[in-house]
Formats: sequence, structure tokens, C-alpha cells
Amino acid sequence: MGVIAIQETPLHVLAVDDSNIDRKLIERLLKTYSYHVTAVDSGSKALEFLGLQDVENFQSFSSNQETDVNLIITDYCMPGMTGFELLRKIKESKSLKDIPVVIMSSDNIPARISRCLEEGAQEFFLKPVRLSDVDKLRPYLSKNERKTTNDDDDDDNDDGDDDVEGWSDEDEQGRSDEDERGQAVSMDQSS
Amino acid sequence: MELNHIMRQSKFTRNSLFEQGYLDEQFTQLEDLQDDANPNFVKEIVTLFFSDSTRLIRNVETALESYPLDFCKLDDYMHQFMGSSSSIGAKKVKEECTQFQECCKARNGQGCIRAFQRVKQEHATLKRKLETYFQILKQGAKTSKVE
Repeated sequence: MGVIAIQETPLHVLAVDDSNIDRKLIERLLKTYSYHVTAVDSGSKALEFLGLQDVENFQSFSSNQETDVNLIITDYCMPGMTGFELLRKIKESKSLKDIPVVIMSSDNIPARISRCLEEGAQEFFLKPVRLSDVDKLRPYLSKNERKTTNDDDDDDNDDGDDDVEGWSDEDEQGRSDEDERGQAVSMDQSS
Repeated sequence: MELNHIMRQSKFTRNSLFEQGYLDEQFTQLEDLQDDANPNFVKEIVTLFFSDSTRLIRNVETALESYPLDFCKLDDYMHQFMGSSSSIGAKKVKEECTQFQECCKARNGQGCIRAFQRVKQEHATLKRKLETYFQILKQGAKTSKVE
């Protein structure tokens, strides 16, 4: 048996959403599972909390600072930095890339969903998020996942496809940012 | 005796909100999240919704006064409105927001204005009905403490 530090502290989820209603909701949902929750209203605040400065090409990161965040759940449509951009920055960071990231969106856009999953998101939840969705987070938040030298559990989410709810090839709804470019268009609207 | 009457009344009020399509399943999800540790969760989140949406309504009204209409901005406001309506299960409000967004997509200014009137109407109706409902619940809670 390897040495596994018994963690007394609850698992910590960082929730990112510019809607205060959705923040309240996700916070309550997560707390039903006794997770410790930090909720912020923007991608840049999330990065700040995680210890990364939100400067375009700023990659260096103080190795003294350890984040205790076990999972990040973020809205997709946010002013300033989208959830996709936040995901990208996290995956590009040596110190943060192993933290599982989940994206939430009220829009059922297949291109968006696959783009996020390809970029490394573990799950994509359609809003409104429900308890049954939060239940799917448990494998990413089990105590075993807390080892920093995680070998097999934080790579491709092979069995995650069926977790994408309502994924269809229907027309896009509302958001005009979806095109063939494999990158998020900067959401400069106030969403 | 009075408590039974209040309980029946609250049940009836709640059921009609669902039957008449004002609320959908998401509202039930919110109710399920309410417990002893979070006894006012539903009311809190609904209150948050109404203060938030009132602000959005004002923004949309302002945007509808500008010429030419900025459909992108309007669509964006509706997207937010729809998102929060969806999160609390405000079914009719959400449906009217969808109509509005259709008009934005079609760049139909008059359509947007009409659709927005309906959004406001449904919003006001839901607010009234939920306020009544919460009043009944409050009465029930008070009465059950006394009995």
C-alpha cells in the first residue's frame, strides 16, 4: 500500500460563473456533496485565485504556491475570458494542468462541446446543472485523485461522451461565435 | 385546522404554477436543494433572479430606445435573461425570451419590441404569483410553529 496522506479537509471546487444566480445554484449543488466551494465571477479572478497572473504570455508560476483546488467548474459564456479560454490557460500551466476542468453552458452546440472536450475538459454540462450532473464529478474528486503524481486518471475522458446531455446536431441557438475555427471567439458581449 | 387549510392552499398554488406552465422541473430541483441547513434557498435564489432580471429589463429597455438597434447586444441580454430564467425554472419567461431571440436573429426590430412586452408581462406575472406562493408558505411555517 502506498503512502496516501489522509486528507481531513474537504475537497475543494472552484466554481466560475458570471451569473450570480448560477453561482448560487452551483455552490448549493456542490455543497450537497460536502465539497468546499469557492465561487468567482470571472476567468481572470479564477486564475488569480489559482495563483496564475492573467497576463497574456505569463507562464511562470511560483512553485511555492500550491493550490488546493481539486476541480474547476466553469461557465462557457462569460465576458472577458470565456470558459474555454480559462480551460486553455489552465491546461497550458504546468502546475494547474492536472486539475480536472468541467464546462457548463446553456447552449447545446456540438462544435462547442467537442472543442472543450478536445481541449481537455473532463465533462460538459448543459445548464441548468442538476444534482445528477454533480454526481458525475465524484470520480474526479475521489480521494485517490488527490495524489499529485497522477498517472492514469487525468488523461482522456474516454467514457465521458455519454455524459454530454442532449448532444444533437440541431442548429446553434443564440450564440454567434461558433464557426469552423477551432478556437473560442472572444466573447466581448456582456454575457 | 387552519394549518391544514394553508397546506392545501400552498399545494394547490404550487400545482397550478406547474400546470399552467409558469414553472418547470427546474423549480422542483431547487426545492430539493432546500433543507434544514438551507431553509430559504428557494426564496433566496428566486429573489436574486428578480433583482437581476429587473436590471436586465432596464438594460433592454434602454437598448430598445437606441437607433439603430444593436441586435447583438439585445440578443446577449436575452441570453443572460434566458439563462437565469432557466436556472430557476421560469418556463413562460424563458419561452418569451426565446421568441425575443428569434426576432433578434431575424433583425426584426418591431418583433423585438413586441416580444419584449411579453417578456415583461410574463416576468411580472410570475413575480406576483411567486410572491403569493411564498406568502402562503410563510403563513404555513408560522402557523405550524404555533400549533
